Amino acid sequence: MKAIVFATRNHKEIIRDPLTLLFGIGLPIVLMGLFSVMQKNIPFGLYEINNLTPGVIVFSFSFLTLFSGMLLGRDKSTSFLMRIFASPMVAIDYIVGYVLPLLPIAILQIVFCLLTAGFLGLTLDFYTLLLVVVLLIISLLYIGIGLLLGTLFTDKQVGGLFAIFVNIATWLSGTWFELDMIGGTVQKIANLLPFAYAVDAARDVLNGHYDDAILPLSVVIVYTLFTFIIVNLAFKQKMRAHF
Amino acid sequence: MMTIEIKALSKHYKNQVVVDQLTLSIEKGELFALLGQNAAGKTTTIKMLCGLLTPTSGDAILEGESIVFSQTAVKKIINISPQETAVAPNLTVQENLLLMGQIYGDSKQIAQQHAVAQMDLFGLTSVKEKRAKVLSGGYLRRLSVAMAMMSKPQILFLDEPTLGMDVRARRDLWRILLQIKGDVTIVVTTHYLEEIEMLANRVGIMNQGKLCALGTVQQLIDETGKPTLTEVFLELTKEVLH
Repeated sequence: MKAIVFATRNHKEIIRDPLTLLFGIGLPIVLMGLFSVMQKNIPFGLYEINNLTPGVIVFSFSFLTLFSGMLLGRDKSTSFLMRIFASPMVAIDYIVGYVLPLLPIAILQIVFCLLTAGFLGLTLDFYTLLLVVVLLIISLLYIGIGLLLGTLFTDKQVGGLFAIFVNIATWLSGTWFELDMIGGTVQKIANLLPFAYAVDAARDVLNGHYDDAILPLSVVIVYTLFTFIIVNLAFKQKMRAHF
Repeated sequence: MMTIEIKALSKHYKNQVVVDQLTLSIEKGELFALLGQNAAGKTTTIKMLCGLLTPTSGDAILEGESIVFSQTAVKKIINISPQETAVAPNLTVQENLLLMGQIYGDSKQIAQQHAVAQMDLFGLTSVKEKRAKVLSGGYLRRLSVAMAMMSKPQILFLDEPTLGMDVRARRDLWRILLQIKGDVTIVVTTHYLEEIEMLANRVGIMNQGKLCALGTVQQLIDETGKPTLTEVFLELTKEVLH
């Protein structure tokens, strides 16, 4: 109950800042349109709509990292979190309270991007529904990373770190270019991080290659669980320590 | 009857002693002022009493509950208005109050009744639909204290509640605090000494983590032979310049 009350507050905090929200939904749609136009002049199919859509939606989840990190970081900087820490709420209430309001935003991002993709030629069918489920799982990874940043850093620091994060998460995800084309150290680093696995899992599901999706999706789930365990530990530490 | 009994409470960070063996008792319904220069250990003491910081040693008993062993029970009977205003900026005044009531377990209906009462007491009714981020400093401070009152605490901690407020806004808040004084035990930290002379039943002065004076304003004036509380404070907290 306390977690739901807190989640409602967090939901209002996010949606009452519509400019950021519009950017988080609008930019991926613009990018999808731009890359679809570029595809017409490219001899290979990297930006074909079936390849592009999952990558762009996963990219859009970077904004969930920004939203969750900024909200938590701001609550910490303004001592709002200190006031709440003095209440009988426990760590799990906070984590659920910060995660829940971001899921409807993830759904909005998915729906708007899929509708745009449908307009650009994507067939919306049963595979698309499965894609939505997989994408929601992937969104938890990005929310978790945001909560980790917000727990460890202030809102101003999260803003700066987001710029670095969005570049790493995007360039090493294989959305804009095939990682196999680059190879070497870049590919090795990308294989150590979960972002390329997230895009691969989403692409495989959309294309009906379920068996191929199991491994990358498992990597994403393990990374997500690991991230939330770290968030939980860091949050409990913050609750006990001076901040 | 004692509401707060602080027993040899200490907080150390590595080699730095922030609060050093603090021992004192505060009576039920008392408005107790904790004074000290910056970094004297006032805020750290309040954070330990609220369960926000774990003491290095010692304990405090709040309404019979230990801050070391019964933190959850303590959190149900206390509330705090932190040094910063600590409100949800995109929520309206009323929503901020409802949030606090519901987090402490009230139903929405009960929380609404309490919110109306607090808005009435703190003069917030006229701005109840305004978002917190557009409020003036005076209204923000009042909202901050009103939010702390939403849980009907037995003990209320106010960390510099009038910081940055103009004279009129400060006087308005004093008037409200005088109204709730007696019903709730209030522990307040402040740098405004005239505020203490007007509001506080007793004063504790901290210096470098230690409690160096305790009593009513008149007792401290009599004991030190100084003419005003300001002079008493300056005498007890003076540092040797090297």
